[in-house]
Parts: sequence; structure tokens; C-alpha cells
Amino acid sequence: MTGVWIVVAVLLAATAFGLWNRSSSGRIKDSAATAGVVAAREDDPLAEIEADRPAPPVSALTGVLQGRLGSQATMVQFSSAFCQPCRATRRILEEVTAMVPGVAHVEIDAEDHLDLVRALDIRRTPTVLFLDATGRQVKHASGLPRKADVIAALGEIIPGRQGPEDFTI
Amino acid sequence: MTPSVSNTAVPTDTDCSRTQIDPRGPRFGASVTTVVLAAALILNGTTVGTVLIAWQTLVFALGAIVGLQAQPYGVFFRKVIKPRLGPPAEMEDAAPPRFAQAVGLGFLVVALVASLLGATVIVSVAVAFALAAAFLNAAFAFCLGCEMYLLGQRLAHR
Repeated sequence: MTGVWIVVAVLLAATAFGLWNRSSSGRIKDSAATAGVVAAREDDPLAEIEADRPAPPVSALTGVLQGRLGSQATMVQFSSAFCQPCRATRRILEEVTAMVPGVAHVEIDAEDHLDLVRALDIRRTPTVLFLDATGRQVKHASGLPRKADVIAALGEIIPGRQGPEDFTI
Repeated sequence: MTPSVSNTAVPTDTDCSRTQIDPRGPRFGASVTTVVLAAALILNGTTVGTVLIAWQTLVFALGAIVGLQAQPYGVFFRKVIKPRLGPPAEMEDAAPPRFAQAVGLGFLVVALVASLLGATVIVSVAVAFALAAAFLNAAFAFCLGCEMYLLGQRLAHR
């Protein structure tokens, strides 16, 4: 009889986790540094960030992103070999890159850059970091993001763009 | 040579990690695995329970070591179910589901040894983890082993 209860408990727990993951996966969130960067952009673009999370180590990324930054924004995708949603993520980001001028998509193999993965605290693939024109991380998402959300995020990141209505899909 | 983003990408390159499969195959396999493992948990401590664990260990071993084309549930899907369905909306890489079989094999080997030694508590724990992973795969297309992979790499290569 114990076995039946274990099965029920496992299936309930897994269902709760699966539902939570389905609703949270791929959601694009503001990175902890955002407020500081946005406020600082007008006067001092290099002002330090006062968020609870330490400032993103842009220097760690700069080496990898040398010459690959978009003029307006950059989407850095971390992928790995055993990753089901990485391919679909790549396709969505490439479609958006083709659509929005000045946006670059850079895909990084997480296993080849474990130092970077640790420094940026990346826990799963795909993780996408959204960088503004200066190369600062302003948003992030883990899991497969929705295309409309990606476009909306870029609308917020790129100055002069107010929202997704500025792009013709 | 188009990048692998094309839906119709067939295994043109010989690298087997880039082999493309119908994603419904592993989903079906995970559903059967869920039923087998649930039965094994309920029958834990009986001979039938041990036989079920041994069978599922063999299934995972074939899928992980030989390849998904040799995994019995996958074979059943290809031979019996797939001909009755339309073509899949999209193909996917074979590497993640094969990795999932290897993770399942790890849990099932522990469960099988424990079962043969009569250590029913260890059987319960190991099979419960495998059941959770199989169910998440079947119901949510969520590959637990794949999601843990990067964390494992981070811990393994300090």
C-alpha cells in the first residue's frame, strides 16, 4: 500500500513542478541591474549599480562578444548539447534579428565557457541575456522565450522604440 | 548547406549526436516508462516488482548505450503507432532524449541492485526519482536530466 502513496505523491509533486515550470519558463525578466543602468544612462553610463545582485561582469562577456555586439542590442544565448528548447530558441532569435535592425544574436556553448556560466550564474539552457547598446545586461530569460516577448523586450531596450507596435511583424 | 534550424533537416552529417528524430517517440516511451515504474513502485518487494525493474533497466540500457533506434518503446512507436499518425510538426535532436535514457539507467541500476538485495527503501527512492523524471517528460515534455546537465557540468569541472 505504501507504494501506491509514493506513486500518488510523486505524480502530484511532479505535476505541481511541471505547471510552475510551464508558466515561468521563457519569461523575460528585468535583470537586477536594470534600474541603476537606466537611471545612469543620461549622465554617467558607467555609474555603478546598487542592486542586491552584484553588477553583471560585462568584462567576462566582452572577450567572447568582441566585435559581435549589435549596434542597438545583443541577445546572448547560452546553449548546450543536451538541450531540447535551444534549437527553437535559436530560430526565434534569428527571426527577430532579421526583423529588427541593429540587433545581434550570439550563441555560446555553455560547456565551452563554464567560467562565464559560473560568473553569470547561468543554471540551465537555454538562457538568453539581453544587452543594450553599451553591452550591459538589462534583461534575461531562461527557457524558450515567446517571440512577441522578445520583440517587446527589444522595444524597451532600444532607445526611441516604445514597444512592439513600432515593428512590423 | 543550411544551418540546422531547418525543420526538414535530415541527418545529412554523420555525427550521430545530430540525428533527428520524431519527438513524439520519446514522449510515448516516457508514458510507457511512467506506467512501468508506477507498477514497479506499487509491487516493490515482490518478484514481479523486481522483474519490472529489470525490464526497465534493460530498456534504458538499450536506449542509452545502443541508441534510441534500439529502445523497445521507440521501436513499438515507429512500427505500430507512427504509421497511423501524420508526419511530426518538427523533428528534434536525438542527443537530449538519449541522455535522458542514460540518466534513467543510472537510477534503475541502483534500484535493480537494491531490489535484488531486498533493500526496498532504496528501491522506492531510486524508482521515485525515475518516475518523476519520466512523468515530467511524458506530461510536460520536460527533460529533467537535460535541465540538470549544465548544473552537473558546473559542479564537475571546478
